[in-house]
Amino acid sequence: MPTDFSFPDSAAKAANLPKEFETEKMSLSMGPSHPSTHGVLRIQFELDGEVVTKADPVIGYLHRGDEKIAENMTYNQFVPYTDRLDYLAPLANNAAYAIAVERLAKLEVPPRCQAIRVITSELARVSSHLMGLGAYGIDVGAWTVFMYCFTEREKLYTLFEKLTGARFTTSYSRIGGVARDLPPGWLDEVGAFCTQFLPILDEILALLTRNKIFLDRSVGVGVISRADAIAYGLSGPNLRGSGVALDLRKDRPYSGYEQYDFDVAVGSTGDCYDRYLVRGEEMKQSIRIIRQAVAKMPGGDWFARDARKIFAPPKDKVLTSMEELINNFMIVTEGPQMPAGEVYFEAENPKGTLGFFIVSTGGGVPYRLKIRSPSFCNLSILPKLCVGNLVSDVVSILGSLDFVMGECDR
Amino acid sequence: MATVTVSRPPLTLSERAYLPQILAGMRITLKHLFAPNVTLSYPEQRPAIPPGYRGVPTLVMDPHGREKCVSCQLCEFVCPPKAIRITPGAVPADQPDRAHVEKAPAAFDIDMLRCIYCGLCQEVCPEEAIFLQNDYSLSGYSRDEMVNHKDRLYELGGTLPDQHFKWDKKKAAEEHGNQH
Repeated sequence: MPTDFSFPDSAAKAANLPKEFETEKMSLSMGPSHPSTHGVLRIQFELDGEVVTKADPVIGYLHRGDEKIAENMTYNQFVPYTDRLDYLAPLANNAAYAIAVERLAKLEVPPRCQAIRVITSELARVSSHLMGLGAYGIDVGAWTVFMYCFTEREKLYTLFEKLTGARFTTSYSRIGGVARDLPPGWLDEVGAFCTQFLPILDEILALLTRNKIFLDRSVGVGVISRADAIAYGLSGPNLRGSGVALDLRKDRPYSGYEQYDFDVAVGSTGDCYDRYLVRGEEMKQSIRIIRQAVAKMPGGDWFARDARKIFAPPKDKVLTSMEELINNFMIVTEGPQMPAGEVYFEAENPKGTLGFFIVSTGGGVPYRLKIRSPSFCNLSILPKLCVGNLVSDVVSILGSLDFVMGECDR
Repeated sequence: MATVTVSRPPLTLSERAYLPQILAGMRITLKHLFAPNVTLSYPEQRPAIPPGYRGVPTLVMDPHGREKCVSCQLCEFVCPPKAIRITPGAVPADQPDRAHVEKAPAAFDIDMLRCIYCGLCQEVCPEEAIFLQNDYSLSGYSRDEMVNHKDRLYELGGTLPDQHFKWDKKKAAEEHGNQH
């Protein structure tokens, strides 16, 4: 019998073999602490030799009950919890959450605050995609890419540290504004970062884009068709990799994204390689947005000054005026005052569409807060995507999906 | 909508061949071999801490060495992981110039195993008494050791400048008969 190594079809071939050739299926548990699962995802495989015949993702190892926690605290107290959803892009989560609550209050933040949120969200996108590329590199055996990506990410984290006081858990947004204004000289540093970053990004991408080993691991592997991508509710680079040009920054602009000129990167075939290329291109587009936002950063207030029942008064007023002191106590203990009603807002986060559905019965505490996390929806395609692939290709597929379990399990 | 479809041209002969790729790789490696170092030898070299860094929370004294906290418990209320515990008490008798403040913390504990360094306590404090300062590496041999009590918090915090001296102003106003 001639040996046939065209593996993706071998499952189908095995199915056509006569009964006596049928071998016993093996079950294999990948994770929850497998290095290529990017967190605590566990996949229960059923294998025929090395070919996956069934894949069952088991999630929930990082479940902390964030949605329930949100019901027990004021809107501002929940901001640190949004850091811990997609912990590779906390600044983007902070902004998305704050905008959702502001939509509930029908509150318009000043242009400066909007521009700050755009810059921080896009920097978070670059940092998240750098991590995604680096980790994907490791998954398919390219350590160098990871190291170069981390060098750049470190520069971004230094910028975040200067802006927010923390590298990782930024907690930068407040309802009606941001935690503090931009420190002096910070925008120049962002501009300098963009200038030096683009050539380095080209170097990093050149390590993979035309690399035969990488192409062998990614081209034609894990193809998600356009119809499947839409049917499974994928979003972000995973959806755009399949050729669907959906980007909420363009389709439903928020936080002033309509002022910026950028392109939406889309793929053509929807394989792992396309998803990788889309992420690379998105970083370049993010830098374009950041440069425009830095160039026309508006002056003025960085918080909604007239929202006296939502944003706490400035510190020097609290220390000198009795009324402001009382106001500070009210906003902290009662929470930012929201009208009754419900709102759904979704933002284009690095991993995809991050949505917040908030039901309010008035007051400073949400009645219910539902988080639509992109990683959760993106992982829903795994049972379909893994079947027929080699176990080693599953590693490549997982890397190209670039998910974060912190937000999947939330 | 402006879209850009990522291009994926097929590999050229030299990109598929072994040797040219190895040489290209060597060139990149050589370039980085002589580039300046990007890492720090950590415990010996320490990164610069920017102003406004959110390190370990501490209690601070005013420039006259007086306690600032008035035990309003707003930080205890706002703390998302409930790391702060305050027992309110009276102002000690040996501080007559602060007698009109009426309240001071009898005990002030911050459980550093719970603290998430979010900085909400500093943000809401109406007395500028609690600050997240530059310390970032904490360790201890037991859980008890990781709870910072009041003395330790003041030791970590030290003295910070005060723009307002609000209680002194209040006392002066009262002495001028400006009572409400």
